[in-house]
Amino acid sequence: MSTETIEVHADHGEHDGMTRGRIWKVFFILLAITCVEFFIALVLVQGKIIGGNIANPIYIILTLFKAFYIVAYFMHLKFEKVSLIFAIIVPILFIIGLILVLTNESHHWIDLRM
Amino acid sequence: MSTAAVSQIDQVKTTPWSGGRSPFNVEYGKMMMWFFLLSDAFTFSSLLISYGALRFSASAWPSAALVFQSVPGLIEHGAPLVFVGMMTFILIMSSVTMVLAVEAGHRNSRKEVIWWMIGTVIGGLMFLGCQALEWNHLHSEGFWWSSIPNPATLKEFFGSNVPYGAQATSAHQFANLFFTITGFHGFHVFTGVVINIIITINVLLGTYEKRGSYLMIEKVGLYWHFVDLVWVFVFTFFYLV
Repeated sequence: MSTETIEVHADHGEHDGMTRGRIWKVFFILLAITCVEFFIALVLVQGKIIGGNIANPIYIILTLFKAFYIVAYFMHLKFEKVSLIFAIIVPILFIIGLILVLTNESHHWIDLRM
Repeated sequence: MSTAAVSQIDQVKTTPWSGGRSPFNVEYGKMMMWFFLLSDAFTFSSLLISYGALRFSASAWPSAALVFQSVPGLIEHGAPLVFVGMMTFILIMSSVTMVLAVEAGHRNSRKEVIWWMIGTVIGGLMFLGCQALEWNHLHSEGFWWSSIPNPATLKEFFGSNVPYGAQATSAHQFANLFFTITGFHGFHVFTGVVINIIITINVLLGTYEKRGSYLMIEKVGLYWHFVDLVWVFVFTFFYLV
């Protein structure tokens, strides 16, 4: 059992992916994105330079960037076999479907409430 | 019978999908962790998408900058995002210590794994402490599951003159969704901390040293990073948007 584990480990080749330097680099990217979000929220939105309708899509895009860095680098997914990457990423499409359905539905709920 | 011509059909295939080994080339437990996390991602998505749908369909919503503007114990008003910013930093930091523990595990450096794991556990406990303070603060203002602050307090959380009926409806939805979603996330952090402690004890006992591989650190790490990942979304949709 344990030898099998080691074998899988050895021919994996994924560990070239993350060195300590790279880990800290990803950390600073995540920190920088969070700081940009704070800047938008505290300076631009509070100072009424931009409205929520512009800020919100930017927040969501920045969040997706953060999610990419966490999943790809911290969770190593970028260095796994393509089949595993697809097995994890493709079902996420269902979530996008649910988002589309429910945002559309919620616009009808407004009319029901009025 | 020459040896040269092996019929096409008799040749043993060695492609990833021809059987005999995992096409994903990951150890069984790690693959199962990925599939569990995928199902957990669906759960959290459903919660967050229902939140989005209810918020979209509401005529008014408590302003995040007005609800979350205190640092418990230090500043009562006028510091939006400061406390949650700290929480976010703590969780990202503990994700980094976790990935450093995984990296140390690849080098079979038991000592380093122990220290990074202890760092991760401390980060998780700090996050839980902050979350408890945050909940306590909201609770002291009157928010709880299906309970909202009195009308005078409630008015402060809405921008302009929103009728009280609309305020009460969306404040109820906000309270229920906030405590359910951050509670479910907090429960994940809690179980993550418990698992991390168990794993740290195992490292101290030398379990993985004997096994010859620190792959277990990697599996637990996946769970811990997922908790961080969910927080990134909770943070955006509750505190920023």
